[in-house]
Amino acid sequence: MEYFLTEQQKLIKSLARRIAEERILPVRAELDEKEEFPWAIVKDMANSDLFRIFIPEQYEGLGEGSFALCIAIEELSRACCAVALTYAADALGTVPILLYGNDEQKQKYLPAIADGAKLTAFGLTESAAGSDAAAIKTTATRDGDDYIINGTKQFITNGGEAEIYTVIVLTDPSRGSRGASAFIVEKGTPGFTFGKKEQKMGIRASATRELVFHNCRVPKDNLVGREGLGFVVTMKTLDSSRPGVGALSVGLAQGALEAAVAYARQREQFGQPISAIQAVQHMLANMAMELEAARTLVYAAAKTIDSGAKDFTEEGAMAKVFATDMAMKVTTDALQVFGGVGYMRDYPMEKMMRDAKINQIYEGTNQVLRNVIALELLKRKALRE
Amino acid sequence: MNMVVCIKQVPGTTEIKIDPETNTLVREGVQSIINPFDCYALEEAVRLRERCGGKVIAISMGPPQAEEALRETISLGADEAILLSDRALAGSDTWATSYVLSRAMAKIVDYDVIICGRQTLDGDTGQVGPGLSEMLGIPFVAYVSTVEEIRDGYIRVQRMVEEGYETIEMALPAVITVVKEINVPRLPSLRGSMKAKAAQIPVWTAADIGADGDKAGLAGSPTRVVKVFFPKRTHKSEMLQGSLDEQLDQLVQKLEEIV
Ligand SMILES: Cc1cc2nc3c(=O)[nH]c(=O)nc-3n(C[C@H](O)[C@H](O)[C@@H](O)COP(=O)(O)OP(=O)(O)OC[C@H]3O[C@@H](n4cnc5c(N)ncnc54)[C@H](O)[C@@H]3O)c2cc1C
Ligand SMILES: Cc1cc2nc3c(=O)[nH]c(=O)nc-3n(C[C@H](O)[C@H](O)[C@H](O)COP(=O)(O)OP(=O)(O)OC[C@H]3O[C@@H](n4cnc5c(N)ncnc54)[C@H](O)[C@@H]3O)c2cc1C
Repeated sequence: MEYFLTEQQKLIKSLARRIAEERILPVRAELDEKEEFPWAIVKDMANSDLFRIFIPEQYEGLGEGSFALCIAIEELSRACCAVALTYAADALGTVPILLYGNDEQKQKYLPAIADGAKLTAFGLTESAAGSDAAAIKTTATRDGDDYIINGTKQFITNGGEAEIYTVIVLTDPSRGSRGASAFIVEKGTPGFTFGKKEQKMGIRASATRELVFHNCRVPKDNLVGREGLGFVVTMKTLDSSRPGVGALSVGLAQGALEAAVAYARQREQFGQPISAIQAVQHMLANMAMELEAARTLVYAAAKTIDSGAKDFTEEGAMAKVFATDMAMKVTTDALQVFGGVGYMRDYPMEKMMRDAKINQIYEGTNQVLRNVIALELLKRKALRE
Repeated sequence: MNMVVCIKQVPGTTEIKIDPETNTLVREGVQSIINPFDCYALEEAVRLRERCGGKVIAISMGPPQAEEALRETISLGADEAILLSDRALAGSDTWATSYVLSRAMAKIVDYDVIICGRQTLDGDTGQVGPGLSEMLGIPFVAYVSTVEEIRDGYIRVQRMVEEGYETIEMALPAVITVVKEINVPRLPSLRGSMKAKAAQIPVWTAADIGADGDKAGLAGSPTRVVKVFFPKRTHKSEMLQGSLDEQLDQLVQKLEEIV
């Protein structure tokens, strides 16, 4: 398929691929085994300017948009979804500042993010507030020129490793979701600590931690947008980042498919390579078709965002759900092509399958996002009547 | 602090094939790369600039297509690149190469450290670095594995020798050649790659650097590679029998026969 990449996008793709093959591939199994955060690779990505891609030029970025970001995420995820997520979650944590930050906040934070000197994270989820995000209980109370934050965020990607956190808290609990606000909190702020690091089924090189706020005082300058805008910030942020989760899944599935094709050509049974068996061929063909369909959808959603469209909730949700379901299926089938060895730790297939699962869960579960897509459809229908 | 890095474009393979008819390297179908040791030299230069400011100039003597290798150095952090290319320079041996590079340095004028790789993948002599320092009349250390300290007019380096390490101080300007233990070269950056694409790479001719025709190129090269060939491998092994002393006697006898 020809995707008509610009020279710049081709450059991004080839560089991300080099990082994936030269720096990630040799260590991905070890990072997974040891649940080790990939700091050395983050440094390589920073040196190569990957963190500049999605930052505007005036803040030391390259001013490329969502599509270029997706290309980079995809190439990284082809080698390791966990490392690619570290990168994608940095973009997620940055989006609130990009979309709703004021000029001082942008000046203060974006150049360091572009440089890769500081990673970011996005903190919304709490133990009692997952799909039902409006049920969050963490509060920020105004005190003079400051706010005081209390509460605990759960399952936060890049937690503990990132320097800059955008968190969603209640400034006016009485108003429910209309009383939520977004704040930037820097690591090291007194009263801000980290809870336990989660032990996970997959994406084990990615750090997932609790953020614990105990009388944590932040200046009012750290408020992103206005008081009460927290859920608008949240929804717009997730709308923008969901094609990125799609790209994680497309890259992961691409890696799995390539491995399956290579293995099928080489494994012999019944006196022939298993690639000569039609049942295997059809499995490969289905994987390839579904993967290509997902990639096309992810690219289209990203390009819709880059075109300056105002509302792309539906596009982002569709790309995320379709691509993540696809990757779950493709990694499962790719492991199937490997037979018994696919189930063994010596081969990357079981890791790919473990890594695939999370993508159906975070940034809106695939059930919740189907609700969202249906709602958009029905709203349009209602509008036409 | 200004660093000049000497780089050579070489065939990207260790399985060098030689045309038996012409005794030259078969370059068809072999991708050209920057001599791997020169990548460590470049990385070190870029790190020195990050440490103490200044600029990094990459320079190469070679055919017009060596421009590609020079563009790559810009994507890897070089500020400028210069190509020395001229028919009159073709066929230079290590002596002539050192001479030509020394003339180019005379034109660059403002340099503090010249960094070369320890040797190349193809020619493999390791002579150009020392030759260059000799012709410039400036100090030289080979096999540098760490630059410990560097400031105006002064450098302290560690170099690898067979028994261990030596620490050496020198006055600047000076020439060093580096080993791969010195650093891990970075991958290109996006901004660097864009800069590389747009970069103007000046081509200096023999006349531009005032190189004497008798000292450069084939004409100026005292060395002639008459024949390059792979020695025929003959595997002959023989087990010596008897007591240890008897075996030793036999061994000494065999060795004497060979010498
Ligand atoms: C198979 C083969 C055998 C050869 N044998 C000999 C020989 O025995 N004697 C001889 O005099 N010549 C020989 N040559 C020619 C020699 O390779 C080149 O003439 C000379 O330009 C570089 O020598 P080198 O490659 O050995 O470099 P080395 O001395 O091994 O290189 C050391 C460093 O010098 C710098 N450098 C080397 N060449 C250049 C360049 N062109 N531009 C910029 N920087 C450079 C690089 O930093 C490099 O890492 C041979 C060439 C080949 C292909
Ligand atoms: C590894 C990992 C990393 C994460 N990273 C982050 C992060 O960086 N920042 C952050 O804020 N959060 C993060 N999360 C949290 C993640 O977004 C939530 O786990 C997710 O939104 C689901 O919430 P939950 O786990 O509470 O599941 P629940 O909401 O309890 O859902 C349980 C099940 O019920 C279904 N369900 C619930 N409500 C509905 C509904 N209305 N309609 C249909 N089905 C429904 C769900 O689909 C699911 O199958 C991360 C989670 C994990 C596991």
